[in-house]
Amino acid sequence: MKSKLKIKIDVSGLNFYYPNGTHALKGITLPIHENAVTAFIGPSGCGKTTFLRCFNRMHDLYHGNRYEGEIRMDGNNILAGDTDLMTLRSTIGMVFQKPTPFPMSIFDNIAFGLRLKGIKNKTELLGRVEKALKDTSLWDETCDRIMQSSQDLSGGQQQRLCIARAIAVEPETILFDEPCSALDPISTGRIEDLIAELKENYTIVMVTHNMQQAARVSEYTGFFMMGELIEFNKTTKIFTAPEKKLTESYITGRFG
Amino acid sequence: MTREAYRAALKDVQLDVVEMSEMTASAIKKSVQALKDRDMKASERVVKGDKHINKKRFAIEKKCMMLIATQQPMAKDLRMLGAVINIITDLERIADHADGIAKISISIGKDPIVKPLVDIPRMAEKGIGMLERSITAFQNKDEEAARKVCDEDDDVDALYDQIYRELLLMMIADPKIIKGATYLMWAAHNLERIADRVTNIAERVVYMVTGKMEELNVSIY
Repeated sequence: MKSKLKIKIDVSGLNFYYPNGTHALKGITLPIHENAVTAFIGPSGCGKTTFLRCFNRMHDLYHGNRYEGEIRMDGNNILAGDTDLMTLRSTIGMVFQKPTPFPMSIFDNIAFGLRLKGIKNKTELLGRVEKALKDTSLWDETCDRIMQSSQDLSGGQQQRLCIARAIAVEPETILFDEPCSALDPISTGRIEDLIAELKENYTIVMVTHNMQQAARVSEYTGFFMMGELIEFNKTTKIFTAPEKKLTESYITGRFG
Repeated sequence: MTREAYRAALKDVQLDVVEMSEMTASAIKKSVQALKDRDMKASERVVKGDKHINKKRFAIEKKCMMLIATQQPMAKDLRMLGAVINIITDLERIADHADGIAKISISIGKDPIVKPLVDIPRMAEKGIGMLERSITAFQNKDEEAARKVCDEDDDVDALYDQIYRELLLMMIADPKIIKGATYLMWAAHNLERIADRVTNIAERVVYMVTGKMEELNVSIY
């Protein structure tokens, strides 16, 4: 599969084991292209979220998880023992299925990561919060209440706030784990538009149950099943003429 | 709509295409027979019948749009519906050519026909055969059969060439028959276009099966 886009992350021979010995990912090899949206689809339990969580080493939060293989980001293997996880996670942001705003003001939600990075200057904080809110089209809706609680925002706004929080620390890659599954179609549309805009500056990796969403927003799609990557190709190819029978059966609703 | 009902609806669309193709093939056959028999009433029936084919096309297209909107078909299902929307457009145009032949026959009216019709019915027979084989290939998802249909277009082109030359020579020999001979030329041209449209259908079948869009036979006309 040829592409003009630069490869941002190169996954090769990735295996992942849970502490109980479950072999959750089996020899995954694929490229993640820079400034593009790469989506992963597959039935529940296929390993797509497990895979996503390898990129920011979230599995390290629990004892006994084990990786094999390599995930090279800009050439460096992030699975190496000496990887600084704080630095890694500041270059790879993550947005979850349900909006997860911290129980604090809109401003503090976004400033949280910035403060962790050592930015204390109020003017700079304010400027960066404003930029993040503008980049996620939240500014017009919230500029008069950024010191108010984030809990007062609607579900869609909360999710955009989480995206604003992720991009405020200027990561290079953003991981989206089912970002719209708890949202109504209008909020979903806004998030999808936002993802399309964000890819200009970020590399985006997304897990979704919604195949139409993968078809709408991504350039590349990977289909997972039982821990294996069945097919990885350009999204247009996957959804119009997949090469593997299993992919075909899944996306046409014949199983799964 | 459940997945089972969805699959039944896809099957239903396929059967509709077969039915529309039969209506179209019948229109070609009747239009050429009426031209040969100088049967005005039969020609008029073909003209009237064209409306039913147009209606059938809209009904199938509506079903396809409904399935796309409500079921978000993917992969082979999507390709099938995309192919159907194109195939019914070609079928509708083929039926228009049959309608055109019927109208030519009506225009000739009570004038005697300038020559006995031999190659024109042969062209029609060939075109109908191609149409039937292309639709069978569609039903069976048979790429190879669809490719073969495209090859047959050369035979229709050759017949058209023959008719063209023959009528041209007749017109040179006797300019009084120019009007009558031109009518027959138009009829032959309609049949030549029918075969071209059938190759479009066969190309769509190949796309439906393989996912590859290819131009399989470019007519010399």
